[in-house]
Amino acid sequence: MGRYLRSLGAFWSSSLAMELEYPLNALIELLSVLGNLAGSVVVLALFYGRGHGLGGWSWDEALVVLGIYTLLDGFTSTLLQPNLGAIVNHVRTGSLDFVLLKPIDSQFWLSARSFSPWGLPGVLAGLALIGLATRWAGASPALPTLLGAGLLLLCSALILYSLWFVLAATSIWFVKVWNATEVLRSTLVAGRFPVSAYPPALRTLFTLVLPVAFLTTVPAEAILGRATPPWVLASLGMALLSLTLSRALWRHALRYYTSASS
Amino acid sequence: MAIVEARGLGKSFRVADKQPGLGGTLRHFFARRLKDIPAVRDVSFSIEPGEVVGFLGANGAGKTTTLKMLTGLIEPSAGAVEVAGFRPFRRQASFLRTITLVMGQKQQLIWDLPPLDSLRVNAAVYGIPEAEARRRIEELAEMLELGEELRRPVRKLSLGQRMKAELLAALLHRPSVLFLDEPTLGLDVNAQVRVREFLADYNRRTGATVLLTSHYMGDITALCQRVLLIHQGRLFYDGSLQELTQRLAPYREVCCDLAGPYPPEAFAGFDELESLIGQRLRLLVSREQLTATLSRLLSSFPVLDLEVNDPPVEEIIGRLFREGTVG
Repeated sequence: MGRYLRSLGAFWSSSLAMELEYPLNALIELLSVLGNLAGSVVVLALFYGRGHGLGGWSWDEALVVLGIYTLLDGFTSTLLQPNLGAIVNHVRTGSLDFVLLKPIDSQFWLSARSFSPWGLPGVLAGLALIGLATRWAGASPALPTLLGAGLLLLCSALILYSLWFVLAATSIWFVKVWNATEVLRSTLVAGRFPVSAYPPALRTLFTLVLPVAFLTTVPAEAILGRATPPWVLASLGMALLSLTLSRALWRHALRYYTSASS
Repeated sequence: MAIVEARGLGKSFRVADKQPGLGGTLRHFFARRLKDIPAVRDVSFSIEPGEVVGFLGANGAGKTTTLKMLTGLIEPSAGAVEVAGFRPFRRQASFLRTITLVMGQKQQLIWDLPPLDSLRVNAAVYGIPEAEARRRIEELAEMLELGEELRRPVRKLSLGQRMKAELLAALLHRPSVLFLDEPTLGLDVNAQVRVREFLADYNRRTGATVLLTSHYMGDITALCQRVLLIHQGRLFYDGSLQELTQRLAPYREVCCDLAGPYPPEAFAGFDELESLIGQRLRLLVSREQLTATLSRLLSSFPVLDLEVNDPPVEEIIGRLFREGTVG
C-alpha cells in the first residue's frame, strides 16, 4: 500500500513536471471551462426563461446538476482523458510491454500514471456552482447529507471511470477505439440536465444502459436532501458492479495481448 | 540448476488471411478467414546462471517472440518455460523483480522529461528506498559514463545516450536475468562498443544472466560464449560461438566499385558473386580463397575502390541455411 502511494506521488509529480513544460495549456483550458459553463447556463436559461421547467426541477436545482456535470468533466480532463486515452497508444506502439513487466498492478498504472492539472479549473468551477446553487435552492445540507452526497459522487466517478476503462481495454482486440471514447464523452453531455427532463425512453436508456442518471442526477438529489434509499443502493451497486466488470475484462483482455511488432 | 529453461516451446499467432484488392477486402470484411501462423516451434534450451547467451536469427525468425514468452508478455501455445523458478506468464511480482527487458526499438523513458524523473518513478514502483535508489543511480551512471545527461530531457539526448539511460532504468532494481532485444540497434560503432563493454562489466560484477539478440555480429562475438541460432521458428544451433564462427568465418564480404559497367556474364569465373548493382560488385568469398580471388579480380577488372568486411549476420546465416551446413 505504501509502495502504491509512493508510486502515485512519483507518477503525479512527473506528470506535473511534464505538463508545466507547456504553460499555455493552462490558459486555454481555463477559457474552455468558462466557455462551456457559460454555454450550458445559457441553454438552461432558455428553458426556464420561457416558463418551461425541466422535469420538475427548479432553476437552482437544475444548476446543482450542472455543477456536478462540470465537476465530473473536470475529473475527466484531470485523470480519465490523460490516462485512459493513452491506453490505445500503449497497445498500438507496444509500450504496454513495459507496463506489464512492472511489479505493480497494470490497471493501477494505466489508470493513475498521468495527472493533468488543466482539468482542475473545471473541478473548482463545478464545486463552486454546486455550493452556490444548493444555497440558492434553499437547501442547507447537514454533515450526514453532505457525506452521503460525497459518497454518491464517488460512486459516479467510479462508474464513469469503469465505463471509460472498459472501452479503452477493448483496444487490445480492436486497437483503434478513439471514436468509441469520443462517443462516450459526448453521450455523457446528457448528464448536464436532470434525467427527468428527458422523454421516458431516453430516461430508461440513461438509467440502465448508459448510467447518466447515476452520474449527475442521483448525487444532486442527495445534496438537495431528496435521496431515496433505493436510488442510493442502486448507485452503490452500479459502482461496485462496473468496477468489478472493468477489472475482470482487463484480466481477460490481457490473455489476448500479443504485443505489437518486434 | 538452470535459471532459464525452455522445453518444446511453441507459439502460433492467429492472423487474418486477406486477399489483396477491393474484392478481397470486401470478402474479408464479411467473412473473416483466419489462419494460425507458427512463429516459434519446439524450441528447447537451458541457460545456467551467469551465462551470456547470444540469440541469433534473421528478421522474423522468432527471436523476439521467444523473448516475449521468456519475459511473460505472451503465453506460449505449446511447451513449458521456466525462468528463475517461475512460470513467466503468471507475471508474479517476485518474478518481475528478478528480470528485466530492454528493447532497442521501444523506450520506457518519458520523452519530455529528464531520465532522472523516469528513474524516480521506477524506484517508487519497485519499492527501492530513495537513498538506496540514489546510490544505485550513481553507481550505474558511473559505469555507463552518464552524468549531466540524466538531467536533460530525453528528447534532447543522442540515441547512444538514450540507450544508456534506458539500460540504467532497466537495471535499477538489480535484476538477475537480463533479456536484451537489439540493445545496440541504430547506434554508431562507438556507442555500440560502450554498451557492450558495460554489459560485459555488469555481468562480471553481478553475475547476472544475459540473453541478448542482435543483428550485429560484433555484439555477439564481444559478449557471448554461447549462441542460440533460430531459423523459421526452430532452434538450429545451440553451442559455443567458436564452433559456429569456424563454420561461419570462412566467408568474407568483398565490395568493390568498378571503373565501368560490365555485363553479369563477365563475372562467370567468380562463383562467389552475390550481386552486381551498377558498377558495384559484391562477393562472399571463403577465407582460403580470399587472396587468390582478390588478385584475380584486380588483374581482370579496373577496380576503383575495394572493401573487405565480415558479412552481416543475416547474410551468413542465409548462406548457411542455403548450403544446409546447419541442421
